[in-house]
Amino acid sequence: MTYKLQFGELLPYMGVLFEGLLFTVVLTLISTVAGVGLGIGGAAARTFGPPWAGRVFVIYVELIRNTPFIVQLFFIYFGLPALGLKLSESQAAFLAMTINLGAYSTEIIRAGVEAVPKGHIEAGVSLAMTKWEVFAHIILKQALQKIWPALSSQIIIVMLGSSVVSQISAEDLTYAANFVQSRNFRAFEAYFAVALAYLGLAIVMRAMLRGIGRLMFPGH
Amino acid sequence: MPLVDIRDVRKSYGAVEVLKGVSLDIAQGDVAAIIGRSGSGKSTLLRCINGLETYQSGSICVDGVEVAGEKTNLRELRRNVGMVFQQFNLFPHLTAAQNVTLAPKVVNKTGETQAMDLAKEMLAKVGLSDKAGNYPSQLSGGQQQRVAIARALAMRPKVLLCDEITSALDPELVNEVLRVVERLAKEGITLILVTHEMRFARDVGTKLVFMHAGKAHEEGPPKALFDAPRTPELRQFIGAPA
Ligand SMILES: Nc1ncnc2c1ncn2[C@@H]1O[C@H](COP(=O)(O)OP(=O)(O)O)[C@@H](O)[C@H]1O
Ligand SMILES: [Mg+2]
Repeated sequence: MTYKLQFGELLPYMGVLFEGLLFTVVLTLISTVAGVGLGIGGAAARTFGPPWAGRVFVIYVELIRNTPFIVQLFFIYFGLPALGLKLSESQAAFLAMTINLGAYSTEIIRAGVEAVPKGHIEAGVSLAMTKWEVFAHIILKQALQKIWPALSSQIIIVMLGSSVVSQISAEDLTYAANFVQSRNFRAFEAYFAVALAYLGLAIVMRAMLRGIGRLMFPGH
Repeated sequence: MPLVDIRDVRKSYGAVEVLKGVSLDIAQGDVAAIIGRSGSGKSTLLRCINGLETYQSGSICVDGVEVAGEKTNLRELRRNVGMVFQQFNLFPHLTAAQNVTLAPKVVNKTGETQAMDLAKEMLAKVGLSDKAGNYPSQLSGGQQQRVAIARALAMRPKVLLCDEITSALDPELVNEVLRVVERLAKEGITLILVTHEMRFARDVGTKLVFMHAGKAHEEGPPKALFDAPRTPELRQFIGAPA
């Protein structure tokens, strides 16, 4: 059995593949920022907020962590229109990714918040700061520092998981690969190239996240 | 009117009554040293003074303002009451100078240049002008505690509460912190110190308070009390011959 690799056949589709890559990068960037933001809010609510807000976030986190991402995505894209909320493929993809990362990062960041010594909170409070000021200026940065590696891994997981959005025809990197191989029938080459692209993305993101960590958390 | 006026304060954790009617006056400029056995309620009393803990009955007034008053602005109160802890509690992600200026910036909206001057002034007060840019992990325990004192002073409190601030330090580092406190006392800052440093309490204190079984069991001028304790409990505590 011989198969002649013909990566040259991908050349005419470089534009499509590049657009898919760009979509995946932008999707990941935006949903990372939004998802981590949501996670910070969730962690704050769970540790410092009123009990009802804490409960809302517990339910949210458990709901998301115990259901498959693809079902969450389908629910948002195919299910919500029943309630009158019709989103485009891209909007649904951004929303699903943000909600998904938001849940995981709520849990991760909350663990970091709880690892900050209680004495720091009391020190902040006795300096006349409100609990929200204490959270923003004293706890958050320490918490993020403690869980930065875990959060970084989760962000990478979510980036890789974003390939699922091709299932609702959001035009990401995997969608591009599907498209290419349906045209030139070079499935091996197309998916191999895209796998390399994901690998490259993951490596670059890991390095960037490590760099951001070093910039954000000096002096330890 | 005393600066801190504590009247018959009772405080329980669940069913356990920890403060059983504490009364105490602390005047402007006083250096009140609180001594007593572990578990006698010293920390709890300090924490009630700045509203870190609530109490069930009695009253604590700081500069005429009732700590537990319904209309009391705790933020305003805590501006007037600084606190230094046994465990330093410096913020590890901030430099010494940033530790000092954080609350002034956030709470008092002090501007950047003013904040820098404030950091300089306060770090100089504790003899750490050269450590402004150091992170807590780069400082010795004694230096960390001095930064914590500078941080509390930066809010220009009317009274400074110190809860066993040398107890977590290696013996050779205790003196540098006590010297700073002594200098503050000489400057006339009102201090309430929980301490195990009996010599310091005697030499620097203007008032000694012996906490026992949830009460201010005995109080008076330190030298007189150390030389002639009136109650058997204090006598036993300081190891004086009966
Ligand atoms: N948060 C708390 N919950 C329950 N009991 C406490 C708490 N804090 C202190 N106590 C109890 O109150 C008593 C007095 O404690 P504390 O004020 O810390 O004493 P001291 O500072 O004199 O050693 C102790 O018996 C201690 O166990
Ligand atoms: Mg204590």
